[in-house]
Amino acid sequence: MMTQALARQHRIALTGNDAVAYAVKQANVDVISAYPITPQTFVVETLSRYVNDGELNAKFINVESEHSALSAVIGASLAGARAFTATASQGLAYMWEALYAASGLRLPIVMALAARALSAPINIHNDHSDFFGMRDAGWIMFNGEEAQETYDLTIMAFKIAEDPRVLLPVVVSYDGFIVSHAITNFYALNDDVVKEFLGVRTTGPRIDPDNPRTFGVLALQDSYFEFKRQQYEAMENARQVIKEVFQKYEEISGRKYTPLKEYMTSDAETCIVAMGSTVGTARHAVKTLREKGEKAGVVGILQYRPWPTKEAEQLFSRFKRIIIMEKVMSPGARAGPVYEDITATLYPNHNVKMIDYIYGLGGRDISAQGVIEIYKQGKELADKGKTDKPCFYGVRGE
Amino acid sequence: MSKLNPVSKISDLPEESKFRPGHRLCAGCGPAITAKIITLAVPEAIIVNATGCVEVGTTIYPYSAWKTPWVHVLFQNNAPVASGIAAALEKLSAEGRARKIPVIALGGDGATFDIGLGAISGALERLDKIIYLCYDNCAYMNTGIQRSGASILGAATTTSPAGKVIPGKQENKKDLIAIVASHHIPYAATATLWLWRDMVNKIRKAVNYSEQGPAFLHVLAPCQFGWRYDPYLTIKVSRMAVETRLFPIYEVEDGQLRINYRVSKPTPVEEYLKIQRMMRHLLDPKNAETLQRLKDWVEWNWQRLENLEKAGRVF
Repeated sequence: MMTQALARQHRIALTGNDAVAYAVKQANVDVISAYPITPQTFVVETLSRYVNDGELNAKFINVESEHSALSAVIGASLAGARAFTATASQGLAYMWEALYAASGLRLPIVMALAARALSAPINIHNDHSDFFGMRDAGWIMFNGEEAQETYDLTIMAFKIAEDPRVLLPVVVSYDGFIVSHAITNFYALNDDVVKEFLGVRTTGPRIDPDNPRTFGVLALQDSYFEFKRQQYEAMENARQVIKEVFQKYEEISGRKYTPLKEYMTSDAETCIVAMGSTVGTARHAVKTLREKGEKAGVVGILQYRPWPTKEAEQLFSRFKRIIIMEKVMSPGARAGPVYEDITATLYPNHNVKMIDYIYGLGGRDISAQGVIEIYKQGKELADKGKTDKPCFYGVRGE
Repeated sequence: MSKLNPVSKISDLPEESKFRPGHRLCAGCGPAITAKIITLAVPEAIIVNATGCVEVGTTIYPYSAWKTPWVHVLFQNNAPVASGIAAALEKLSAEGRARKIPVIALGGDGATFDIGLGAISGALERLDKIIYLCYDNCAYMNTGIQRSGASILGAATTTSPAGKVIPGKQENKKDLIAIVASHHIPYAATATLWLWRDMVNKIRKAVNYSEQGPAFLHVLAPCQFGWRYDPYLTIKVSRMAVETRLFPIYEVEDGQLRINYRVSKPTPVEEYLKIQRMMRHLLDPKNAETLQRLKDWVEWNWQRLENLEKAGRVF
């Protein structure tokens, strides 16, 4: 199968941002609207070059803000277009109310997010504060570890979003600079393969002059709740649709995707959970730990919403200890969002000791040695039962 | 899209409007009359409504007053949503995947003068092929009569009350058309309900121009609830705004400003203030200074427009 799959692909070296732009071009989007923001800017620069060079037949709307970027994409999507935007950090925060409008209107929009810290203080580097900030906005949320995953997820995102059982927007996040700006080799599907896989958009809400309808109604106490309940159901349906799309994508690409990525987990006693580029770093650390006889493993989160509840329950209940690494903080909360998702998944039938680590905020680097330190310290604290609050790693004074 | 010709009499308009009865806007609502005139003026259009009275009063689920495609997304984004729709229709219609019809962004003065102005500026600067129509009732009426950038000097709103020390809003109305026309768009105009034929023909002209780029209409749409006059007086109030020169009727076409309704003998401003409780306090002698400032502004503004008209292609 792999040989057949490789015949449908070509190997190229691009930055994470350009990998996204390449996927969007191959997806033959109809309308793009975006606003520059570091570290996403190259996505839209490359896309506008594709459009102006005639390589992509799409309308590119150069807006004056991210609020308008998502708004223009919402309009385009309502008119039946396959529409795309990209952003990061403050840009995503500025889109906030439109995020809810996009999912509430059930629009199959795809957005790329080069994940970056939020002000203040202002910082352009990677963490996951922006990504988790949109947690409850009703978007399907993926996180790519490197260019290959980010490229693949971007293509699959359109297929998932446009499935009539789903019709929800999808965000594909990848770490700012670490992934967005690093050039790596990856396999891209040939144009015709993507074209056949995605076709043109035919589903979802659509303005039709010959069948005038009202979109974005005022729904009060007697109907709002039903709209929201249906939206919830669409997210539930996405679980199955994502599985099917992963399966179909594996058939054409040879690359197998699962919501949770496992590494050396089969006999692991202590599991490190991470998201984004840190997953690779953690794999490297676990390899070293294994050499020293530690029964360590890694789980990387690829699919954050819908949260893969069943897979998570089966997987995480196997471990003795789980060390969760989060590039986000939730001041005043018991722990970070991933910790809370895993605890909620396992409750009450488990004996797993869990500890939460906040690390890497504002782009503070994490090395394999750093993951090993977190592992050792986390394991010790977990065994002592000192897990009542998150630990900070890599910050002065800790 | 075929070109729309000017109408000369009311029987040139369709008998039925695509803005249907049964909506929940007030009796005598200026914005409702605006909506009706739009749908009578244009055979078909996609309406992109900002949050506001017209939006909440016409589409309470499961009802809709609109027999034409209608969209609401947020408060300040009707212009970019309209831009997105227009861009998508241009792309899809070229491929035979959709039919292109005019896209009209509709917003109140709050959405247009204030919260959405940046987004509107973006759409105008990009020369997006849309029509923007602002129904200006001079305050945030949907939330209960709060001061906006369109409220006139002295207006007593719930956030600029006619107090013992400060008699209402102390700033002049923002010059929307100057801002809009400074984007060098093909067409911008003011209109009001009383001059219905002028308004219809400007809407039709705007639709024709929207094939080239954005066209902008600033429509004074009196609000009986906020301005506090009897509902049957809406058209009279609209007329008095024109005849006092408080709301001049003009257009900017290809950079040239033209006054479309020349008021040679203006009605005293006081007559306009008298009929609405929003403004009546200015007639109290203790508020004479504010009244004078308003009158001076009206005179200055008219003179300014006449000068601009004479100056040639200034926009």
